[in-house]
Amino acid sequence: MIEARHIDKSFNGQQVLKDISVKFYPGKTNLIIGRSGSGKTVLMKCLIGLYEIDAGEILYNNRIFSSLSFRQKKVIRQEIGMLFQGGALFDYMNVEENVGFPLKMFSGMTVAEQQDRINFCLNRVNLKNANKLMPSQLSGGMMKRVAIARAISLNPKYLFCDEPNSGLDPQTANLIDNLICEITQEYNITTVINTHDMNSVVEIGENIVFINDGQLWWEGNSREILESDNDVLNKFVFASKLIRKLKTR
Amino acid sequence: MKLVSDLGRYLLLMREVFSKPDRVRVFIRQVFSEFQTLGIESLGIVIIISIFVGAVVALQTAYNIDNPLIPLTMVGFTTRQSIILEFSPTMISLVLAGKVGSRIASEIGTMRVTEQIDALEIMGVNPANFLIQPKVFASVIINPILIVFSICFALFGGWLACVFSDIVTPGDYIIGLQGWFEPYTITYALIKTAVFAFIITTVSGFQGYYTQGGALEVGTASTKAVVYSSILIIIFNLILTQILL
Repeated sequence: MIEARHIDKSFNGQQVLKDISVKFYPGKTNLIIGRSGSGKTVLMKCLIGLYEIDAGEILYNNRIFSSLSFRQKKVIRQEIGMLFQGGALFDYMNVEENVGFPLKMFSGMTVAEQQDRINFCLNRVNLKNANKLMPSQLSGGMMKRVAIARAISLNPKYLFCDEPNSGLDPQTANLIDNLICEITQEYNITTVINTHDMNSVVEIGENIVFINDGQLWWEGNSREILESDNDVLNKFVFASKLIRKLKTR
Repeated sequence: MKLVSDLGRYLLLMREVFSKPDRVRVFIRQVFSEFQTLGIESLGIVIIISIFVGAVVALQTAYNIDNPLIPLTMVGFTTRQSIILEFSPTMISLVLAGKVGSRIASEIGTMRVTEQIDALEIMGVNPANFLIQPKVFASVIINPILIVFSICFALFGGWLACVFSDIVTPGDYIIGLQGWFEPYTITYALIKTAVFAFIITTVSGFQGYYTQGGALEVGTASTKAVVYSSILIIIFNLILTQILL
């Protein structure tokens, strides 16, 4: 489980996160939602340690992550997989090298074992015969799948996904959502997804955290979100006509 | 104030860069790969520039020696001294600052803006160490080798100028090249080149590493890398000449 306790974060005197306390559970798809600029990306970057928090604590299975040094964080970081919005695949490596990179750096596996694991991960994300392709030769959906394969290569306990289906067509977006959901349940991973895609919210949101103006505004699941009477949340959730129709039905 | 702040950030980055690599075997493989991208791929431009500048230095020296009391062998001697002491280590390093420096800054800068550096950091890899250290080691080793090639081809260029013009005979040029040779000048040239290589890679790495924004900022970082590296090369050229000669 990942827990944030009373975290604050400011940039140049402007407070972006205000006293946020939240828990993310293992085996569940935990969603952080909110409008653009609400602070959800900052929250995720604080959780993974890319930003230092000004106050509060971040705990990974009761280990206080936020007060550790870079070297101490390394141990926990090897338990984290991350899917970036743009994939963040290494341009100068092919698909196989990208997926195998964490294994080469940290696993201590032999070359043959690494190759088996790479093939397993690529099969798991339904990517076949793509091992030698370079990132520039991949479509958006393939890039996300390679990034997921890389994220799960070291059997992570925690998976972070920053807008995993942005820039994808609805069908591919759905595939990526389902894939993340399956992997989360299969390996009992604590998955945290940052999104403002309402389809994802309705389809896979098991634990949803709504951030507004840097504050934790609402918590619940995909069923509760459609029935909530929170005005600010409703303005965000029912901004689209399609979702409004869903509620009236 | 900005200068002091940048110097502090540069020194902090260097502390990260020169920590122990996560995997020594991976590091060695990266250094060899950088030999190719930073060194061998620059060999062509180094050879072309060296031949032509060597020829020009020989011609200009011959043109300026019109005193019958000065032997024509002085053309070879002067060309050799100019090439070894100044042209090859300094001018070629300035060329490399343009070619290699912009490459390093844009490569690392692009990795920064496309979150590849964040990805490394989340995996538990020290990105500064992983990306910059192999480049520094490779350049400090390969650039002096490039400079040795440059010296040889520049002197060859001077010889070609003598062959194709009749201002000095190739024989006189060769005698001049061999005369009053002080081996320390080569040591001096190689030390200078190694220091310049360090400046080019670390300054360019620094500019790339702290890029923020998008494509425009990557371009700006690349330009700054070349400009700052060139200025520092010129300044350190003076300091090292004062110290070493």
